[in-house]
Amino acid sequence: MSSVKLPVEKFRLGMLLGDTRYRSTTVQVIAFIIFVSVVFWLVDNTVKNLALLGKDVDFSYLWMRAGYDINQRLIPYTNDSTHGRAALVGILNTLLVAFIGCIIATIIGVFVGILRLSKNWIVAKLMSVYIEGFRNIPILLWIVMIFALLTEFTPAPRAFKGADPEASMIFFQSTAVTNRGAYFPSPVWGDGSVYLILIFILSLAAMFLFRRYAKNLQEETGKNLPKFWISLAIFFIPSILFYFILGGPVSLEYPYLKGFNFKDGIYVRNSFIALTLALSLYTSAFIGEIVRSGILAISKGQTEAASSLGLRPSRIMNLIILPQALRVIVPPMISNYLNLTKNSSLAIAVGYMDVRGTLGGITLNQTGRELESMLLLMGFYLCVSLCVSAIINYFNRSFQIKGL
Amino acid sequence: MSNISFVREKEIPQSPPPITESNAIRWVRQNLFSGWLNSLLTILSVYFIYVCLRDFIPWAYGGIWTANSIRECLDINPDVACFSVIGARWRQLLFGFYPTEEYWRPILTFVLLFISIAPVLIPRFARFFWFSLIYPGIAVWLLWGGSIWPVFSIYLAISLTGLVFFLAKNKFKLSSGFSFTAAILFFFLYFIFIAGPFIALFKYILPINLVLIESLQFGGFLLSMIVGFSGIAASFPIGILLALGRQSDLPLVKMICVGFIEFIRGVPLITLLFVASVLLNYFLPPGTSFDIIIRVIIMVTIFSAAYMAEVIRGGLAALPVGQHEASAALGLSYWQSQRLIIMPQALKISIPGIVNTFIGLFKDTTLVSIISLLDPVGLASLIRADQKWNGIYWELYVAIGLMFFICCFGMSQYSQYLERKLKTDNS
Amino acid sequence: MSDVVTERAIDRSKMEVSDEIAIHISDMNKWFGNFHVLRDINLEVRRGERIVVCGPSGSGKSTLIRCINRLEEHQQGKIVVDGTELSSDLKNIDKIRSEVGMCFQHFNLFPHLTILENCTLAPIWVRKMARKEAEETAMHYLEKVKIPEQADKYPGQLSGGQQQRVAIARSLCMKPQIMLFDEPTSSLDPEMIKEVLDTMIELAEEGMTMVCVTHEMGFARQVANRVIFMDDGQIVEENEPKEFFDNPKSDRTKLFLSQILGH
Repeated sequence: MSSVKLPVEKFRLGMLLGDTRYRSTTVQVIAFIIFVSVVFWLVDNTVKNLALLGKDVDFSYLWMRAGYDINQRLIPYTNDSTHGRAALVGILNTLLVAFIGCIIATIIGVFVGILRLSKNWIVAKLMSVYIEGFRNIPILLWIVMIFALLTEFTPAPRAFKGADPEASMIFFQSTAVTNRGAYFPSPVWGDGSVYLILIFILSLAAMFLFRRYAKNLQEETGKNLPKFWISLAIFFIPSILFYFILGGPVSLEYPYLKGFNFKDGIYVRNSFIALTLALSLYTSAFIGEIVRSGILAISKGQTEAASSLGLRPSRIMNLIILPQALRVIVPPMISNYLNLTKNSSLAIAVGYMDVRGTLGGITLNQTGRELESMLLLMGFYLCVSLCVSAIINYFNRSFQIKGL
Repeated sequence: MSNISFVREKEIPQSPPPITESNAIRWVRQNLFSGWLNSLLTILSVYFIYVCLRDFIPWAYGGIWTANSIRECLDINPDVACFSVIGARWRQLLFGFYPTEEYWRPILTFVLLFISIAPVLIPRFARFFWFSLIYPGIAVWLLWGGSIWPVFSIYLAISLTGLVFFLAKNKFKLSSGFSFTAAILFFFLYFIFIAGPFIALFKYILPINLVLIESLQFGGFLLSMIVGFSGIAASFPIGILLALGRQSDLPLVKMICVGFIEFIRGVPLITLLFVASVLLNYFLPPGTSFDIIIRVIIMVTIFSAAYMAEVIRGGLAALPVGQHEASAALGLSYWQSQRLIIMPQALKISIPGIVNTFIGLFKDTTLVSIISLLDPVGLASLIRADQKWNGIYWELYVAIGLMFFICCFGMSQYSQYLERKLKTDNS
Repeated sequence: MSDVVTERAIDRSKMEVSDEIAIHISDMNKWFGNFHVLRDINLEVRRGERIVVCGPSGSGKSTLIRCINRLEEHQQGKIVVDGTELSSDLKNIDKIRSEVGMCFQHFNLFPHLTILENCTLAPIWVRKMARKEAEETAMHYLEKVKIPEQADKYPGQLSGGQQQRVAIARSLCMKPQIMLFDEPTSSLDPEMIKEVLDTMIELAEEGMTMVCVTHEMGFARQVANRVIFMDDGQIVEENEPKEFFDNPKSDRTKLFLSQILGH
């Protein structure tokens, strides 16, 4: 069998765009050239402008003395510390607000979402008002409003003074809410408190073991123990019992008024409370909507099939609806956590020193290093958002329902 | 077996349902008081509503609208709302520092906005799409003023460029790539050589002018709307291109688009606004300087384009694969099939997502107050600093919040209506 | 509406009908809002009887059988299932639901559980069976519907016909006295309809009381004791299959039969 010689086409210039084999490469090369030219032009302009202003790109300012105070910090910091440390304080403040905000938002959001589905018309409508109200008003407005509420509606510390004070402490004389912040009693760990903590940890372990035991019991014999109430009892009773047996090892240090200010206790600034509260309530409205639509997304047929098998509504919710709904709910919820973290950058509106307030605010203004600070700031937020995206992807992959 | 056959002789007509107890009472019993938990919740909710309203309604209802300062309000009656701040400053809250006698211009722009959106959303008026296209030019001229000729010149440039493209492709039979390059070349040449003399000439022959307004005079809701609407409108074509790029088979294009989108979506808007106010000038050739509002609009557009790209990507993904295959089988080129088949359908599916992006963007316009632009939130601080109104807070924030709520809630209800309509249309 | 004829010989002698009344419906009326969807329904189903309900869409046939296990509520009239009257009393509803099994048009299997877990769920949580016992019962019924090897797979990995058979096995694990079928084969490809119908015929041969809403007229002809034709929410005609198909009496029945049988 003689081999057939395939005609070889001569290469023509028009083939760069016309032939499918070369076209994609050509387009990409053109795109690459355009992209690189644009980037080059931008960088060139930047260099020229910086030179005109006598600035250069230099990150060494991070190791220079900051020279300003930060009124809220989780790690030690003085105005002799470096700018880099100030940025770190800011980052920790951001993460603190984000963490607490996410937890509160989730608790309120799940609660609101489930109540929104309630058959009780008034409750469902109230939750609907809550969700629509928070969702349709800008977050900045909420932050500013709640901060104004906390500073203008609350008394000054000296109003607590005297025999017949205008203001009094709440929660059985333990907590003072003033127009600067709130003072909470702080725990004092006395003798024997170690044992109490030990007992608490043991009761958590006992709860876990009990649930395992109850599950096994059901598999063996079919008997169904009231897991919820017994778990609750195990959680509370031993710790409370031993608290009294040990003679109350953990006591509270109450804040008291001295001079014009309160002393002792834990001091939480109004700016932190306002920011966290506003972010939590705002995000909880979105989470409520996500929870609600997640549960509604499960087709009615699932509930019908489960009811015709004889399952009661609470079992149907636990065994059938929630496992399927959680797969739909969790990714958008995590995405909302990211939004909350990004929204925390509005802290500057109430004077809370988050990373934008320190690195992107005072440091930037004092040193004039706008480009470098902005790059670091955006880099931080990018890292957080990339981590969160990775978590969402991991969740989606590992909880996929096979076959769907 | 007994006779089991049966044939109906007489038809049973429809009859109305029985009224066992009054339907209202039955509804109350079922919805509000079925079971002890429900009843408890109902009682708690009613009490909660009562407590909220008990203090709010007298405060709001008896509000004072006509006092001149907060001191006067407190003198008249310290327990009711002092809405006089709104009475005195509502014009500022709505229009910023726009001169009063020129108010007809923003109002006209707003009315024309709805007219220009109609052809996009209501198929019956699609004929008038040309108006939607010239609306941006009209809006810019109405709001900022000055001579009409620069705006006209830009439209002329675009039309002539399109004409050049059309001629190159059809009359001179050049390929798409060359025609496109020729058109772009013409576009740049026009601005270098023709634009200047053209504008000067027509300004001389036929001066049509409106009072020129400085960008810093924009404020209040006018500013929010300008930033919001121009951001969304301008981000639309960019978002489409980014979405197509992200889906593309070409790895380099895909990488650039993905990188851009993820970067923009990963950082808070406030950092981008800060770039606008401080850093953007560094990225442009030395000596150029834009209006702060233009810079803000540019960054807001970039920000919105990334989110828009994600929404449109969702719309493209929802389109059945068969559409791409059918249009390719018919012999349509990539851009033809995009323009005629894919994009119209994908955009229709994405409209609810686009409206939601717009609502988010509109709320985010309040952030410009942090870079010292005077949107409503910024104005609120300004008003509070005024001696006459020092110490007022509730009334202002309630008014601003209410305005935002009405706009955003209205838009979200519209988007839900659209979603329902699209679902029934498609099935 | 295909007319799938099963090839195996059906032993009608095994299908006895006793005199005990399994389902008794008298003067039942139901409204959806103002729409009168079921009008004056009177029906008695004896134990061991197989009833096929047919009719045009919108005639109320699905609504009728969904009223029997209280997935829909009736406003007027009486429904008595196995001696228990169907009312708002939760205890009665639970009792009836454990005696009545239902198969749906769209199977409604639980996608996040394996086939075995789908079948053992109700016995464990409703009948309080031990897991081992429940699994043995489940495997027994999965073998009956001829797919025991799929026990550890997920519903999404099975074909339509297999899913519907699992749905039947799932209902059977509760050992019901009555089985309701709501268009069980309407979502299936033609080649899978046969396997589901074969399963249902075996059930009938074992003496299960069945009420079936279906368009499979071949099945009706061979297995049913009675065919009921519904239109506009009313029972229009009811008869033995042979008489029903060969001598329809009402005009509407004739019209319906000509539409589905003659093409």
